[in-house]
Amino acid sequence: MQEKDKKDWQPKILAILCNWCSYAGADLAGVSRIQYPPNIRVLRVPCSGRVDPMFIMKSLQNGFDGVLVSGCHPGDCHYLSGNYNARRKFAVLKPLLEYIGIETERVQFSWVSAGEGERFAEVVTKVTNDIRKVGPAKRLVKGVVSW
Amino acid sequence: MAKKSKSVLVVGAGIAGIQASLDLAEMGLDVHLVEESPTIGGRMPQLDKTFPTNDCSMCILSPKMSECARHPGITLHTLSSVTSITGDPGNLKCRVLKRAKYVDPVKCVACGLCEEKCPVKVDDAFDMALRKRKAISRYFLQSIPAEYTIDKEHCLYLTKGVCKLCEKTCPAGAIKFDDKDQEVELKVGAVIMATGIDAFNPIGFGHFGYHLYKNVVTSLEFERMLSASGPFGGHVVKASDQKEPKKLAFIQCVGSRDESINKNYCSSACCMFAIKQSIIAKEHIKALEPTVFYMDIRAFGKDFDKYYDKAQNQYGVKFIRSKISEIREKEDGTLKLKYSLENGEIRYEQFDMVVLSIGLEPRKNLEALAGQLDINLNEFGFCRSEAFKPVQTSRPGIYVCGGMNGPKDIPESVVAASGAVAGTLKSLKIERQALAASDGESGEINVIGERPRIGTFVCHCGINIAGVVDVKKVAAEAGELPNVEHAENVMYACSSDCLETIKQRIEEHHLNRIVVAACTPRTHEPLFRETIKEAGLNPYLFEMANIRDQCSWAHMDEPELATSKAGDLVKMAVAKARNLSPLERLPIGINPKALVIGGGLAGMIAALSIAEAGHEVVLVEKDKELGGHVRKLYYHLSGKDPQALLSETIQKVKKHKAIELLVNHEIQQINGYVGNFTTTIHSPKTDKETTVEHGAVIVATGAKEHRPSEYGYGQSTRIVTQTEFEKMIHDQSFPKGRLRNVVMIQCVGSREPDKMVCSRVCCSDAMKNGLELKKVNPRADIFVCYRDIRTYGFKEKYYTELRDKGAMFLRFEPDGKPKVEVQTIDDPNSKLTVTAFDPIMEKEVVIAADLVVLSAGIDALEENSTLAKMLKVPLNADGMFLEAHVKLRPVDFATDGIFVCGLAHGPKDMDETMAQAQAAASRALSFLTKESILAEGTIAEINADLCSGCGYCEEVCAYTAIEVNPETQVAEVNDALCKGCGTCVASCRCGALDLRGFSNKQLFSVFNELELIKED
Repeated sequence: MQEKDKKDWQPKILAILCNWCSYAGADLAGVSRIQYPPNIRVLRVPCSGRVDPMFIMKSLQNGFDGVLVSGCHPGDCHYLSGNYNARRKFAVLKPLLEYIGIETERVQFSWVSAGEGERFAEVVTKVTNDIRKVGPAKRLVKGVVSW
Repeated sequence: MAKKSKSVLVVGAGIAGIQASLDLAEMGLDVHLVEESPTIGGRMPQLDKTFPTNDCSMCILSPKMSECARHPGITLHTLSSVTSITGDPGNLKCRVLKRAKYVDPVKCVACGLCEEKCPVKVDDAFDMALRKRKAISRYFLQSIPAEYTIDKEHCLYLTKGVCKLCEKTCPAGAIKFDDKDQEVELKVGAVIMATGIDAFNPIGFGHFGYHLYKNVVTSLEFERMLSASGPFGGHVVKASDQKEPKKLAFIQCVGSRDESINKNYCSSACCMFAIKQSIIAKEHIKALEPTVFYMDIRAFGKDFDKYYDKAQNQYGVKFIRSKISEIREKEDGTLKLKYSLENGEIRYEQFDMVVLSIGLEPRKNLEALAGQLDINLNEFGFCRSEAFKPVQTSRPGIYVCGGMNGPKDIPESVVAASGAVAGTLKSLKIERQALAASDGESGEINVIGERPRIGTFVCHCGINIAGVVDVKKVAAEAGELPNVEHAENVMYACSSDCLETIKQRIEEHHLNRIVVAACTPRTHEPLFRETIKEAGLNPYLFEMANIRDQCSWAHMDEPELATSKAGDLVKMAVAKARNLSPLERLPIGINPKALVIGGGLAGMIAALSIAEAGHEVVLVEKDKELGGHVRKLYYHLSGKDPQALLSETIQKVKKHKAIELLVNHEIQQINGYVGNFTTTIHSPKTDKETTVEHGAVIVATGAKEHRPSEYGYGQSTRIVTQTEFEKMIHDQSFPKGRLRNVVMIQCVGSREPDKMVCSRVCCSDAMKNGLELKKVNPRADIFVCYRDIRTYGFKEKYYTELRDKGAMFLRFEPDGKPKVEVQTIDDPNSKLTVTAFDPIMEKEVVIAADLVVLSAGIDALEENSTLAKMLKVPLNADGMFLEAHVKLRPVDFATDGIFVCGLAHGPKDMDETMAQAQAAASRALSFLTKESILAEGTIAEINADLCSGCGYCEEVCAYTAIEVNPETQVAEVNDALCKGCGTCVASCRCGALDLRGFSNKQLFSVFNELELIKED
């Protein structure tokens, strides 16, 4: 990609947010008019524990440039321990992604509470900037051979 | 025993009246809601935004208004007023005058054709006369009921007998010129008065030139200017030249804190109102320079100081402590302000526009109404409520809430409303309610097997969305998506007329799935689900795209990218909607018993309120005695004795048969969910455990006085906290026999950079103890070192009184705090000096103090975090319990069945605590009075054919809601226990589990929907 294109390029990032903490945190960011990059597309799930690692693989295959999964802080889970289960799954997924050549910046996990609008905006800004740096994701996209 | 009735009368349909009506109706009572104007809603619809979250006022109110209008237990009487009430509590006869509307509400479709044709223009009261409306009109766009009425004072036909244009135009034949006033008699058990407040009219007041100078406006007029649905569409311009102002001044306390006009009270809300308006105005006009001229900034509520700080440091709003002496208008319309600073220095400054922060005052007609209804008013003309009876009028059976008995902000009004409900229950007949027949799924349109026909509605939300996102484009693109049969733009999706539109479209286009792109499903999904249910669809055939909170508001400077994001969000919602299927809701039984945690004033009042409504309560207190913080209080500003109240309340609690009292007990574990909690309570003394089953929980664990580490506390017995001082006055035992100089220091442990919280009560406590000291020792000289005196509401007069009695008030800045020096540490007779800077004299003052009293603030308890984890409810940054919504759900948690009151929620005085405790009790009773409620439909389901019986789901489920049947070796879901988190689904190795409402098919379809084209 040319330098100019890189600047104009708008990555699309899937943000899978749990209903009780991170989704509410995202709402709070909006209510507080805290501005962050418009690159995330939000999928609301009841709990980060609902997130199947296949969601992440599938969205990368479908052309998303990155995935952010965000749930409640440890100990805050509305469903007691769903976020711990999510954490375990991602601990296994991460090395797999690395092994198949997906940059670690592309798939990120965070904890954002319902009271942390500012933090939500910070997380989204960071993830967007990280993904901007590594460029468009092509590794898993069907029909595109990039090596 | 006195007669009890199932009916209640609520007078006034502002937010307080609406909340009271909803609470009562949820308990199965019949509510008559009487409102003087043609619509419910009160003041809130006039507001653009609300502090300190900048929530859109109409957005948060709309669902409550719709719910109120739809509730089968509530009968609305608009354009009506109460003329007399006779009888005794439990058996009251109320005469209600229903004024002629001249339009048949049943026939009127609110099409607005009549208004177009009507030739008579009148000032629009809703828009503060900033624009005109017609003699036939709808009060405002989202008014409820959605109907037009004729203003008989101005209608040509009704005044002069000519015209009748509206009658000729009306396609529904709804005009009814022969309509007559009617009087009806209602028999009720109790009455709640919530007639609200008026705003001070500054015509001719001071030298501010209101109504003489074009660019001087009131705060309410300015609010309408800021509003997207207001007369200027949210564009603030000067009346003189229609240009945006650059320099904007706010003048505080116009019609408040002014003895010369018998308003020696603080209107409580105007400081925050001005801060909010300066922030919002600055968001509208980037180059704006707002300045607030004030006496004290009274940001005393929860998280208010943080908002004040944000205005100063983030938005650059200037605050000048001053007195305005006059305003002069120059030829070009600019305004020259003359003001004096604290030190007496006179200054002049020019502004483009001036906003007068007008105070709150009793309703104009309150005096007459109080006479008719035989209720007493206080010295300022508000409805009188005695101390410790915050929601009662002078007349038994008639309760009061909202601004009618004193200035209040929105959450205080909501709290008082729910509190007043608890008061009425004694004279009402409450029966346990079975599920209503309408709650079943019968009569639903069967959509199974039908091709999806999706209707998409894209909301403008005034300019909240449409100001950033190209909503027309979004709707047009949505219309092109597969299976979308219909797509349209709507101004306010949540308004009752739009809800009607959605229902109509479902019928017209045979829609079987609905997508609304608007705000957040967290607040609005229930409303839309209810709406499609009314149209015959299963409520789960609905999906929302959050294009406001998570799009337009977050990307205000990038309209194109925000539009593309909004388009994607709608596509994703449509994809999910395509795969939605109807879900069933199962009934959950409700245990009628309540658990109250904490035996202070809040906990005891909450327990008593629930017990008096006929429900059993378990009251747990960790101390060996009841009473909490009030045990340390000996005086009250009103002159009443807190200890007398306390012992009376303790007696009542101990005597009440329905209250099981467990002192010296601690909560060990809480399991379960609304209606079905199981709590283990442990006694450290006997090491015994008790298990209680109950339906609701009230958290009333209190807080503690800050233990100062500053100002030499601990170095001398003559440096004490305000509560220690109170005890000294009561016991008449001072560490130094003859007190001459007493120095009080305010904001100790409050309003600090790491704890930006006002403790709310300390200023009033200083006045109280100062006045008590003056009673026993009139010769004592009192010095109060303060930052802002925050004696809000009727407490202001005690500030005046203490000043009149000679107390000296020395203001300090955070970087110039007074210094306390102890010459010999631990020597009770040591010299004690306080050095403070007096900004009036501009000199340093050295006081030889006999006693230094520190107004230590209120700190959250450390153990809150343990309880919060057990209950799965959040705390705010300061460790206080965080309610579901700071404005409209002040005692609820997001989790059903759990409520909060008292200091555990945040600093408040005794009256506020009592009102909030009663409010928490009412809110709990709205669940406890039901035999069962309906569970959510989003729960896990298993495909037995695919299950291998590995049992991994059983391991990850936190609710023991799924178990492998040992016989069949297949996992089984317990529908009543399942919370629908979906952890088991994501963990299932065979793909045998799925989550209804968030199924694999639905979620995969969402990220498959977006066509993301990759270029090399």
